Amino acid sequence: MNFTRIHCIRFTMKNRTKLPNIYLTILLIVMYLPIIIVIIYSFNNSEQSTIWGGYTLEWYHKLLDDWTLMEALKNSLVLGILSSLAAGIIGTIGAVGMTKVHLRSKGIMEYISTLPIMIPEIILGMVFMVFFSLLGLPFGMVTLVIAHTSFCIPYVYMMVKSRLVGMEQSYVEAARDLGASEVRAFIDITIPLILPAIISGMLLSFAMSLDDVVISIFVTGATTNTLPIKIYTQLKTGITPEINALSTLMLIVTFLIVFISNRIRKRKRY
Amino acid sequence: MKNNIHKPKSKIWMTILPMYLFTIIFIAGPLIYMVALSFMTKKDVWGVVAQFSTASYQKILKPVYMNTFIQSIKLSFATTIATLIIGYPFGYFMAKLSERYKKLVMFLVVVPFWTNALVRMYGWIIIFRSNGVLDHILMKSGLTRTPLKLLYSYPAVLIGMVYSLLPFMILAVFSSTEKMDWSIVEAARDLGASRLQAFLTITLKVTLPGILSGIILVFIPSMGLFFIADILGGGKVMLVGNLIRDQLFTTRDWPFAAALSVVLMIVTSLFIWIYRKITHVKELEGIL
Repeated sequence: MNFTRIHCIRFTMKNRTKLPNIYLTILLIVMYLPIIIVIIYSFNNSEQSTIWGGYTLEWYHKLLDDWTLMEALKNSLVLGILSSLAAGIIGTIGAVGMTKVHLRSKGIMEYISTLPIMIPEIILGMVFMVFFSLLGLPFGMVTLVIAHTSFCIPYVYMMVKSRLVGMEQSYVEAARDLGASEVRAFIDITIPLILPAIISGMLLSFAMSLDDVVISIFVTGATTNTLPIKIYTQLKTGITPEINALSTLMLIVTFLIVFISNRIRKRKRY
Repeated sequence: MKNNIHKPKSKIWMTILPMYLFTIIFIAGPLIYMVALSFMTKKDVWGVVAQFSTASYQKILKPVYMNTFIQSIKLSFATTIATLIIGYPFGYFMAKLSERYKKLVMFLVVVPFWTNALVRMYGWIIIFRSNGVLDHILMKSGLTRTPLKLLYSYPAVLIGMVYSLLPFMILAVFSSTEKMDWSIVEAARDLGASRLQAFLTITLKVTLPGILSGIILVFIPSMGLFFIADILGGGKVMLVGNLIRDQLFTTRDWPFAAALSVVLMIVTSLFIWIYRKITHVKELEGIL
């Protein structure tokens, strides 16, 4: 009795197979629309961003001459490198330790350490601001690095941990049986195996740090600007076409980071 | 393996030290201080006095602030529902793609997610602006005669929010759909269930953890995205996030800002707790 029904369904299915693809394509276009528009308008030879006035590289030249922007760029890069390095070290060692040590406080500690990516960014920014002023820390690069490290650790930690859980333990055991010390086995066997996870976790941390605006606004000092903060204040006060050029450059950097990180993560599966 | 970890001289416990220290000093510490601060008293102009008071919590109940809370929650609900309606089919269809296309679409979804939120908001400004890209297209095609004036309006903020948070929903739905055992659906179909019946009774139930995870991943950040309300709403839309920011920088009532954050944090934790109760899953799906 079901045959006719199934036949009918199969028939309609054939017509429907295209629909999902159309939906996916349209939504992807919408997702990229604002990004593409920013890129196109960065080459627009017109002060007004609504009119197309031909192709120009003027905004890119102006960008390089803008001393405050270059300073912000330098700050952002330093901040990204420092916090992803710190998160890389703390997160990796932490993940290795957490899978080996058996402590009752482990669960709660893991929960608290991943809170920075679970709670709204604004709360994190707020608590850091009031806490740092309680400690009397000077607002600036130091506070920025601490704050960024806090939300970068969970990314490294979670990636390395999932890699460790899926890792073949027999390699380490073989090394130990052959007389390697615990430290030696860790350096020679474990590190190379989890390296892709560490690097991709750190790259994503770098990308997150480079993009963060909410938390940075709360913990930065009066004189330390990062690129996103600079863009934010400009968007609020008045838009210059230079932002288009700057945004395009940032897009390229992020795109490269995500691409490389994906490549590293997918290469070599043990 | 077995004998060397628990060796009395093993220094393996030292490996967790950096993470424990960082977590206690820079995460647990500030959060505890936030709770303490919310019960302190504001000094006349600037700073706080360590004197117990619940004044900040009482202040939240004032109609002005309650309104902001309600407005914020309303917008978050609207955002969550819209992302679910738009994102669910996307995640679902994506999981059914062939391996090769799946990877490609995944990459395409993730890239905007990692790119600067401000840059993407800026793109929307160009589109929404009066006489901007959207108005040009609509007026040229004869659909509208006058500029829509979409920028600095409620719909603009909503679109901006949905746009920024959509990837969370897509990835959450995708990861639970991908794990699905399609043979159950086939079995149901063989037993005479229609496509719709099979979807409602099986697919929807199996992907429920993904849906719930997506709802949380969208709802929670949506309460604090004050910069979207700033940039696309032009100060017309006030969220809890904007309120906290203003209390910190403009009004300088830190205990009140802390109290607002505590309430927001409780709402957030409540959602995560409900999620865990329903799904029995510890980690949110699709977070990485």
